[in-house]
Amino acid sequence: MKATFEKLMLLDRRWVFLALAVVGVASYSLKDFQVPILVTNESRQIFAAIDELEEGATIFLSIDYDPNSLAELHPMTYAIMEHAFRRGVRIVITSLSTNGPGMADEAIRAIADSVRIDREYNGVMYPGREVVNGVDYAFLGYKPYPAIVILAMGQDFRIPFPADYYGTPLEELPLMENVRNLSSTECVIVITGTNIADMWLAYGQARQGFPLAFGLTGVSTAQYYPYLNSGQLFGLLGGMLGAAEYEQLADNPGLALDGMRVQLFLHWTIIIFIVIGNVGFFVTRKRRGAGGNV
Amino acid sequence: MRRSTLIGGSLVVVFFLAAWLIKGAGASGESPYYSAFLITLAAFLTLAVFSFLYADNPVYKFAEHLFVGVSAAYWMVLGFWQTLVPNLIPRISRALSEQLELEYIDELWNVLYVIPVVLGILLLLRLSRKLGWLSRYAVAFIVGTTAGLNFIAYTRSNFMAQISSTFLPLVGDWTSWAAFVDNLSLSATGPLALLMANIVVVLGVVCGLIYFFFSREHSGTFGMASRLGIWILMITFGASFGYTVMGRISLLVGRMTFLLRDWLGIIAS
Repeated sequence: MKATFEKLMLLDRRWVFLALAVVGVASYSLKDFQVPILVTNESRQIFAAIDELEEGATIFLSIDYDPNSLAELHPMTYAIMEHAFRRGVRIVITSLSTNGPGMADEAIRAIADSVRIDREYNGVMYPGREVVNGVDYAFLGYKPYPAIVILAMGQDFRIPFPADYYGTPLEELPLMENVRNLSSTECVIVITGTNIADMWLAYGQARQGFPLAFGLTGVSTAQYYPYLNSGQLFGLLGGMLGAAEYEQLADNPGLALDGMRVQLFLHWTIIIFIVIGNVGFFVTRKRRGAGGNV
Repeated sequence: MRRSTLIGGSLVVVFFLAAWLIKGAGASGESPYYSAFLITLAAFLTLAVFSFLYADNPVYKFAEHLFVGVSAAYWMVLGFWQTLVPNLIPRISRALSEQLELEYIDELWNVLYVIPVVLGILLLLRLSRKLGWLSRYAVAFIVGTTAGLNFIAYTRSNFMAQISSTFLPLVGDWTSWAAFVDNLSLSATGPLALLMANIVVVLGVVCGLIYFFFSREHSGTFGMASRLGIWILMITFGASFGYTVMGRISLLVGRMTFLLRDWLGIIAS
């Protein structure tokens, strides 16, 4: 027993990587295994904020992430956009990160294709329809220096964005007719994995007081919970789990719910290795010297 | 170059060329071979980065250097065309504006735009050994304005708002003991849960701050509060680390999904 653990303590870490790869690939084959998702209140708040809006209401969605956070944040964008478009809620979209416009453009195209198909969500039938640029959504594009752009959008969208991403002046977009600034939208939802979130809190919500919610990468989620408790945020989606919660609420299974299955098995593999490592540490401890060396 | 490296490199090239051609032949759309090339290139770069988990190698180095180079170039081009050209050119030169098909903005305050131009040039002087010291003026300007702007904004959002949110009533909606006892339930939103949550927040903040108070010896009651503070901090770091692991695994899942679905087509989309 002791000898086995001594061998395990000297195990090359590349075996751990290989084990994770094998478990990850194998778990894709367990298509029927569904991970139960317990929806948190902070995710439900974002869903409810959109679900309770009347048709024709406008929300603001900032897609402030680059391809390196795509796996975690793209499913959130997809789920929120599809939910809003199906409910007839209009969206003003911007990207304040350098590679954000590509992410936003891809999401808009994919969701526009999806909304064309008749679908049933939570027992309600939504007939397919065309999502029209300038009517159902306005994509304003990217501008550098997020803090300054947020301050300017608090006054008027037309200051930082005289024209939309496709070059059409905002005055010519029917959607923007009664939408002057961030406060004239029902809520602001920011999806990001960077410190742009801090800027939205400091230069946006604190100055202008609009309802703000975040969709964040797992790495940065924990540090924003205090803002939820203080009421500065009304909702928070944390990583792929947050996206999966939203997909479950919207009855729209996508990449996140599918990814949670793989994630569950990978987490179990990591936990097993942690337990083996700790047991091995204590079992072989007696043979160590005071300095901890074998 | 060693013979084994040459053979290994050649095999990698042949494998990905074959993968590209097979993917292109099976793809549909306007330009199947082009889209197949992009997907195969992305798969190659993904696997090249993963190869570092085995050992550092030239393929990983290539992917790493390519990423750094492309990122730097992309930022520079975007900064030039999105910031410099639309904001500066229409205000300093009519001829250049016409050349770049921009509308010339003839304003009295245009002369002020010379200041950022000068500061930008000063920043670039960092590349010179003799004149590098001049860049400190531009850096000082950036640091000063950023600190000034952030001081006001963050005082409100991160300081005042956070302090006020810790001034919590230990018993919410207090009317009387009788009402409190009558309404007791195990519900997550009930008065008992609220009471416990508020006590945890208040105690956590106070004990966490005590841990960082070094002007008094951490012994007795003060020491107990300090030890509780370190526990609160450790639980916070644990939660943060847990989320970090989840985030990293999510990225792995994202790449695996790309390789198995978009590249190899093994799993359905």
